[in-house]
Amino acid sequence: MSTATLEPQPRVRAPLNYLNADYGWRSWLFTVDHKRIALLYLVSITFFFVIGGSFAVLMRIHLTEPQGALVQPETYNKLFTLHGIVMIFFFLIPSIPAVLGNFLVPLMVGARDLAFPRLNLLSWYIYMVGGMFTLYSAVAGGVDTGWTFYTPYSSTYSNTQVTAVAIGVFITGFSSILTGLNFIVTIHKMRAPGLTWFRMPLFLWSIYATSIIMVLGTPVLAITIFLLALEHLFHVGIFSPALGGDPLLFQHLFWFYSHPAVYIMILPAMGVVSEIIPCFSRKRIFGYKIVAFSSVAIAVLGFLVWGHHMFVTGQSVYAGLIFSMLSFLVAIPSAIKVFNWTATLYKGSISYDAPMLYALGFIGLFTMGGLTGLFLAALATDVHLNGTYFIVAHFHYIMVGGAVMGYLGGIHFWWPKISGRKYPNGWAALAAAIIFIGFNLTFFPQFVLGYLGMPRRYAFYPPEFQVLNVMSSAGATVLGVGYLIPLIYLIWSMRYGPIAEPNPWGATGLEWKTASPPPTENFAEIPVVDEEAYDYAPKPIAQPQEAPGD
Amino acid sequence: MIQTLPFQPEQASTIAKSVDDLYFFLTAITLFFTALIFSIIFYFMLKYRRRSPDERPQAIEGSLPLEVLWTAVPTVLVALIFVWGSTLYFRNSEAPKGSLEIFVTGKQWMWKVEHPEGQREINELHVPLGRPVKLTMTSEDVIHDFFVPAFRVKKDVLPGRYTSLWFEATKVGSFHLFCAQYCGAFHAGMIGTIIVQTPEEYESWLAGGAPGESMEQAGAKVFQANGCPTCHVADGTGLGPSFLGVYGNPVKLTNGQTFTADDAFLRECILQPATRRVAGFAPIMPPFQGQLTEEQLNNLLAYLRALGKAAPPAKAAAAGGGKS
Repeated sequence: MSTATLEPQPRVRAPLNYLNADYGWRSWLFTVDHKRIALLYLVSITFFFVIGGSFAVLMRIHLTEPQGALVQPETYNKLFTLHGIVMIFFFLIPSIPAVLGNFLVPLMVGARDLAFPRLNLLSWYIYMVGGMFTLYSAVAGGVDTGWTFYTPYSSTYSNTQVTAVAIGVFITGFSSILTGLNFIVTIHKMRAPGLTWFRMPLFLWSIYATSIIMVLGTPVLAITIFLLALEHLFHVGIFSPALGGDPLLFQHLFWFYSHPAVYIMILPAMGVVSEIIPCFSRKRIFGYKIVAFSSVAIAVLGFLVWGHHMFVTGQSVYAGLIFSMLSFLVAIPSAIKVFNWTATLYKGSISYDAPMLYALGFIGLFTMGGLTGLFLAALATDVHLNGTYFIVAHFHYIMVGGAVMGYLGGIHFWWPKISGRKYPNGWAALAAAIIFIGFNLTFFPQFVLGYLGMPRRYAFYPPEFQVLNVMSSAGATVLGVGYLIPLIYLIWSMRYGPIAEPNPWGATGLEWKTASPPPTENFAEIPVVDEEAYDYAPKPIAQPQEAPGD
Repeated sequence: MIQTLPFQPEQASTIAKSVDDLYFFLTAITLFFTALIFSIIFYFMLKYRRRSPDERPQAIEGSLPLEVLWTAVPTVLVALIFVWGSTLYFRNSEAPKGSLEIFVTGKQWMWKVEHPEGQREINELHVPLGRPVKLTMTSEDVIHDFFVPAFRVKKDVLPGRYTSLWFEATKVGSFHLFCAQYCGAFHAGMIGTIIVQTPEEYESWLAGGAPGESMEQAGAKVFQANGCPTCHVADGTGLGPSFLGVYGNPVKLTNGQTFTADDAFLRECILQPATRRVAGFAPIMPPFQGQLTEEQLNNLLAYLRALGKAAPPAKAAAAGGGKS
């Protein structure tokens, strides 16, 4: 056990922690404390989630009627474009890494902060500047290229705010790169004595794998976006054949980043699930090393599959063959993870607290999202399904069913640590159930729509697709309600929730060995680690040190 | 079952059933593993639910045989799906010899179709039943995508390039044609109808169209109007190569490379002749980039294709080489 233990504090007055250390606005905007920066991110990404979510609500209302119920086609095109851009670049990519990663990486490695605290604050400012550019473009007329910015439409034909959004995405990319760099250095150099690589919690492994993708992949996106802006502003012929460019070059460059970006979104969620499942079944994770290495395998293979987005572009059939094979290879480490999480439950002591419900929901939805990916990796079926609602359903199962469920699970798991308060478990369990049901009602009909042939990004559609669209929109209202409930009770709990003890779930891991919320310096003394991760097994001597049961 | 009618698009081409077979196999795999994972989770949740707050189960490190098992099973499965999907794709990628050739041009936001006999259509495509049809497609502006769900075919339509796609219809009727690559404001309106007719109906439709001139004839006019015959003399004595016997045959370039004179190659030679110079001729041809519409180019290529069937003029290359 670590040497850092809790001073038994009389709960008359709250002990000094990172939240009550200072209250002025300067203490937040100029903070270099990783925990406060995590909260800055939490507030910002929640803001962007609400904006991106409102676009989705408008889209689902619009699509209840075949001719479009709400807006002009031009406006609808802007809605799905901004929904994608905001959700991907300003919510999903920063979600788990920038909020939970920022908060937890130093705590989990037993350090007082990240390796570069000022750089960390800079990342948040860069993220906000990028976000403001994007919001400006939305207000100043919007953009209608789709989040994929395909050329030559984006570079020469669209007369919307392509440049402003491109600059926004370009700037935000640097925030990702700096955050990734900070995590890599911290995990390499600042682990507490005794915390060897194979004693690290799996969350750190997946954040590490994610950081590598951020650092290696994001520059390619920056270059691509820069070239796009060059062509858009100065008519330099790069992508447009009318200017002597190559129309498919953009797609190769774009997906070289944007496919790995899918793993930036899903790997951290896998890390969260790998923390929650052992804690709520009180079992060491099944096959620790295999789960750890499968994260790295996914990160590496993820760089080699971009061509599976381009099977119908007329690229060589042999290129298609290679990319199809590599895409199938990525499925294997993902499947291995699912089996290992499930096996962890075996002979465990399983409780059904809210974080566990989200984690189990994640496994189910990720399994469906992953398996439907096989339809798109197989060349013959991809030809039919590419560009239809099947794709839309598939990636929402991964990104919303997977990444967002993982994020919410993580927020619920570490909320007592972050806020020092508990939330009402009944409401949380109810919200998890509503989100799971609402999600399936929204996106399952879209698999069928896609197979029937309805293309995505259609502002109006043939009437035979109406029934399934209405079903999807109805499901979206359930999903929307599900998302609102946690927003309400989490805010409520910050003031009125019961005080959380340092380790309310009886979890292992260094972050649970300090106070809730932690003091600014995290640990009074740097802890020493002398045990494996997820050491939930009974220990005869350790009895008095265990946190009181809940 | 999900396979029942309202959940399945119509099968109206020779390949549709084979694609659906793979689709249903994948659906079965998906259902099986989803059910497997869900039931194991539910079973464990009930069986191993926490019965007392201080329950501390024994740790299990893992199991190598199990890891090997659940690595091997997915590997074998995805290998099978890979081979199945790829074989089918390869079989479907090459149009059979003797296919009926039709030319499609996409532009914001319509499909323009030209039959070799000269009939033109917009947002409609008439094809005969039971005969392979090969579409050669290009775009005038942005990337579009030609998608016929009932045929299970889809291919991007790119500006500055030719892509192709083929199908053989097996049902008479009308089928949706969708643009499946987002192309701007009225992307959703870039839809059309594929009308499959019996061969007799199709013949009478072709005859009734009163087209005036075939693509080849229209192409000959483009050839004349742009001054091409000044240099490209048929008997091979001009400043540029004769086109007799060129299309579909190898052509030697000044840099020593050899290319087959297909649509893509000839298109580039016309639009940007500086990129690839044919050996034996002076680099004097002006670029036609931006001077010809996609339809004029299509017609021109139809004319060159027809010339390609003729025998090349005797000593054409030698005569041309002598001039330069």
